[in-house]
Amino acid sequence: MAELFERIGFLQQGPFAVPRWEALFANMDTLWEGALVTLLVASLGLVLSLALGTIIGVMSASQWKAPRAFARAYVEFFQNTPLLIQVFMIYNALPILIKGMFIPVIVIGIIGVGMYHGAYIAEVVRAGIQSIGRGQLEAALSQGFSYVGAMRYIIIPQAMRVVLPPLTNQAVSLIKNTSVLAVIAGGDLMYAGDSFAGTYGHYGPTYVVVGLLYFAMCFPLARLARRLESKARVA
Amino acid sequence: MDALMNSPVMVMLSDPVLYIGLGKGLLLTLEIAAISIVLSSVFGTVIGAMRYTGLPVISHVAATYVEVVRNLPQILLILVSYFVLGLPGKWAAVIGLTIYTTAIIAEVIRGGLNSVAVGQWEAAKSQGFSFLKSMWYIVLPPAVVKMIPPIVSQFVTVIKDSSFAMVIGAGELMFKGTILAGKYWKPSQIITIYLLISLIYFAINFAISTVARRLQKKLSTGRGSIGN
Repeated sequence: MAELFERIGFLQQGPFAVPRWEALFANMDTLWEGALVTLLVASLGLVLSLALGTIIGVMSASQWKAPRAFARAYVEFFQNTPLLIQVFMIYNALPILIKGMFIPVIVIGIIGVGMYHGAYIAEVVRAGIQSIGRGQLEAALSQGFSYVGAMRYIIIPQAMRVVLPPLTNQAVSLIKNTSVLAVIAGGDLMYAGDSFAGTYGHYGPTYVVVGLLYFAMCFPLARLARRLESKARVA
Repeated sequence: MDALMNSPVMVMLSDPVLYIGLGKGLLLTLEIAAISIVLSSVFGTVIGAMRYTGLPVISHVAATYVEVVRNLPQILLILVSYFVLGLPGKWAAVIGLTIYTTAIIAEVIRGGLNSVAVGQWEAAKSQGFSFLKSMWYIVLPPAVVKMIPPIVSQFVTVIKDSSFAMVIGAGELMFKGTILAGKYWKPSQIITIYLLISLIYFAINFAISTVARRLQKKLSTGRGSIGN
């Protein structure tokens, strides 16, 4: 059997040769570590983007001009420039603005994806708020709710159902976009995979396994988004 | 005044090398994005239509393609095109972006077609319309209205995401910028370069987004859709 394998050319040579797979599986620890970093950056980035997105989304649906203008500018800037350049800006500008401060690359990644997806989530939140009829807000205000109180108790709970499916899709995009960390040596899954592949030339197997790991993180969320979508349609 | 003119940023800004580098990068960015957009519109329509048919094998192949590719990072797809498929830089970027964008466009096409009620098909058939005629005259017009805004915003995404090609040194705008940031290495210069690049991306994408928003307002009748 072993002899047979040795005679089959593509199992011994080429990008997907068996020895390459063996080398990869002997070094799986680096990929697992990378996957952990990706999960960490993605979850903290998601928290940041949800916070920013909610604040800016509420601002852009507000009745006052100044917060609306600020929210508009934020969303337009972050949606119309590449994430990569935002990460590079943070990477280069933050150490200058805060002199002598050392910022771990992971934190740059969290801020980067957090601010970028915050802009998208803000648009989702705005659409959610605006999907609730104007009359609801007026009714709440007439009953003595403050603007913030009306948002907190009347509008946002109803908007949640509209907002959840696109929010889940944003979480999927956010996980995928943490891969930009690879460009600034962030130690995430993409970086771990790319540097292992680059060092030994085992590109084929490494990228397959890296792809599978990303898929394993994203696919359940994508499925959840689908289910929430069909649920929202029925309701 | 002299001090201002001799500041590192002004020295850099008066160097033609900066503009030649950024200009070349911008051209390649536009080229990569344009080819990817055309290719993925074609393939996306085919895959989306395949999934829409609901035919056993055809729709499953399309669904599998979409569900797998949607859940992979584009940087990975670009790296695979470059290192595993062995394509040259520019084409690795084009193929990597196309593989991903095809899946997204396919979903938009399918969603647009699905938004037209089955009753419309049945009504057309009862009036003696052939399949092609009911598609062309009855189903496509409202479906396309639904498709255009998300497709245009996906084009903006492609232009932005073409910057991922810097991981393989394809020489597009983002990569040229980092090369220039190596030549002009002072912090104030580096930040100015990145600001310039963001302005370029912003100008292009903001123009497209604004047109798309106008189009959406013009095309959408009745209640606006949510979540796009």
